[in-house]
Amino acid sequence: MKSTVFRWAAAPAAITLAAGLAACGGQSEQATPGGSGTAAALSGEILIDGSSTVAPLSSAAGELFKEKNGQVNVSVQTSGTGGGFKKFCAGQTDISNASRPIKAEEKAQCTAAGVEYQEIIVANDALSVVAHKDNTFLQCLTTAELKTLWAKGATGTVTSWKQVNASFPDAPIKLYGPGTDSGTFDYFTEAINGKAGDSRTDFSPSEDDNTIVKGVAGDVNALGYFGLSYLEENASTIKAVKVDGGKGCVEPTIETAQTGSYSPLGRPLFIYVAKKAAAKPAVKAFVSFYVDNDDAITKAAKFVPLNPEQKTKAIAEVKALG
Amino acid sequence: MSVDTRATIDPPDALEGGTEATPAVTLRAASHGDRNFTSMGFLVLLWLSLAFGIVVLAVLLVDTFIDGLPRLDSRMLTSYTSQVFPDRAGARAPILGSAFVITVTAAMAVPIGVGAAVYLEEFASKTSAFARMVELNVQNLAAVPAIIYGMLTAGLVVTVGIRRNSILSGAIALALLILPVVIVTTREALRAVPTEIRQGSLALGATQMQTVARQTLPAAIPGIATGVILSLSRAIGEAAPLLLLGGLVFVQYDPNGLLSGFSTLPIQIYDWSSRPQVAFQTAASAAIIILLVLLMAMNAVAIVIRNRSQRRW
Repeated sequence: MKSTVFRWAAAPAAITLAAGLAACGGQSEQATPGGSGTAAALSGEILIDGSSTVAPLSSAAGELFKEKNGQVNVSVQTSGTGGGFKKFCAGQTDISNASRPIKAEEKAQCTAAGVEYQEIIVANDALSVVAHKDNTFLQCLTTAELKTLWAKGATGTVTSWKQVNASFPDAPIKLYGPGTDSGTFDYFTEAINGKAGDSRTDFSPSEDDNTIVKGVAGDVNALGYFGLSYLEENASTIKAVKVDGGKGCVEPTIETAQTGSYSPLGRPLFIYVAKKAAAKPAVKAFVSFYVDNDDAITKAAKFVPLNPEQKTKAIAEVKALG
Repeated sequence: MSVDTRATIDPPDALEGGTEATPAVTLRAASHGDRNFTSMGFLVLLWLSLAFGIVVLAVLLVDTFIDGLPRLDSRMLTSYTSQVFPDRAGARAPILGSAFVITVTAAMAVPIGVGAAVYLEEFASKTSAFARMVELNVQNLAAVPAIIYGMLTAGLVVTVGIRRNSILSGAIALALLILPVVIVTTREALRAVPTEIRQGSLALGATQMQTVARQTLPAAIPGIATGVILSLSRAIGEAAPLLLLGGLVFVQYDPNGLLSGFSTLPIQIYDWSSRPQVAFQTAASAAIIILLVLLMAMNAVAIVIRNRSQRRW
């Protein structure tokens, strides 16, 4: 009796295995459009991995693309910008989300594995420095003050707000930030401290930005940083601290990030497309769709759309895919 | 150290009655007899630690239910996740993904685990160095963190050439994760079958193989089933190894085979709860309720099996 059970269990498993293998083989063959000649001929799976910051953007693009091309499945994973590049350069994914440009050593990995790619700019983000809603003295910080606050040497020594600016009260500093694996951390430390990854170590790190929101919202003397969408969604408990990059205090908003006046913490977001994957019509069509419908996609994912100049650049980058 | 394990089996059974009686007596002493300060204080401490656990759990559950229950409708079960409309996001793909992964996990872990346990318990010589080494390793493996199994599987499937973020890879990781537990619980279930049953079978002329297949194993099935279901409920709640393998956080199609990409409930909950939009966090609470109901259903099945078919020898 037991053996019958096993036989029944094995049969569907074998069938699904065979079907799965067949489907896998089929995807690459479907590159040539069918005789029908309609857009509905596109099919297959597009595998995207990388930055969790960019993931909502690529998800929104995938969802809107699927409305028109029901046979194309866009799947998104979040291994982080660095983790995404690792898989991308091993040829395991079609597109890699990135919240910072590719690093030299990652480039070398891709080259060594023979993975050719094209960088495409897809949106802007404003790395927002935030404080508690009721905090009165944190209105605007210069980049120099931010550096005093976050520099590697500040670990254990800069502990009172008075040390950052003499006009601030003698209140204890409590800092929250993204974990060291995130592209956001790399970008912030590079923009403020001059070297990616260079940061004081005595802050509360979290891979989940909602944890940073809760931390800052719970302490009137706390400060943290993350992407603009988390600020917009939590405007009732936290506020933005304006940043002075040499041209006066600028608040992080969609406009300031789009025009580039929120400097140096306004950042572009990218996708990296493998040229081999782009040879598939579905991937090519998806990437074109991504750039062409940038306004709708960024709006849906609560990001900052490209400005006209960036859009021209993005269209040229899509063309360069061949 | 050639301890005959079988010989030590019966005494623990007999002892169990004794150990059960002892705490009852102690408790009675604390609540009626021993009214000195130390024992009353200790009792209060015990109650406090119990209350702490229960209160924290209750607060978490109530909070989740208040948040997620209004969101839990048929759309939550039948539609795919949505980035553009968070209010309409559903957990269809993760629910199906969890079901697929757990089924494949069980299909791999149960035969291998039960087979290994039967060998170790019924066939292997208790004194052989090999059996002892396997036993030691199984016990150690049970304590290895889940993420390690994810890393191991990632290396394995990439080498073999299986798609890394496929249902098959996920199931391999989870099967490896629960295998030690399945082996240990199966061995315990086999050990609880009285030696007399085996001896009776052998005395009537059955071979060792026939004895195991027709007497020992069927008698141990309730215990094995309970252990398997409980370890599967552990596997269904795992996110870390699957995330490492590349479980999808955004997927808009049903899993359609062993090599298909997938999401599971814990992965989707993890992703939704880290989103800025409140609508996603509410969806996460609703998905948590679904996962809780699934877990309770599985545990209930385990309890029913145990109570229905428990035999006393």
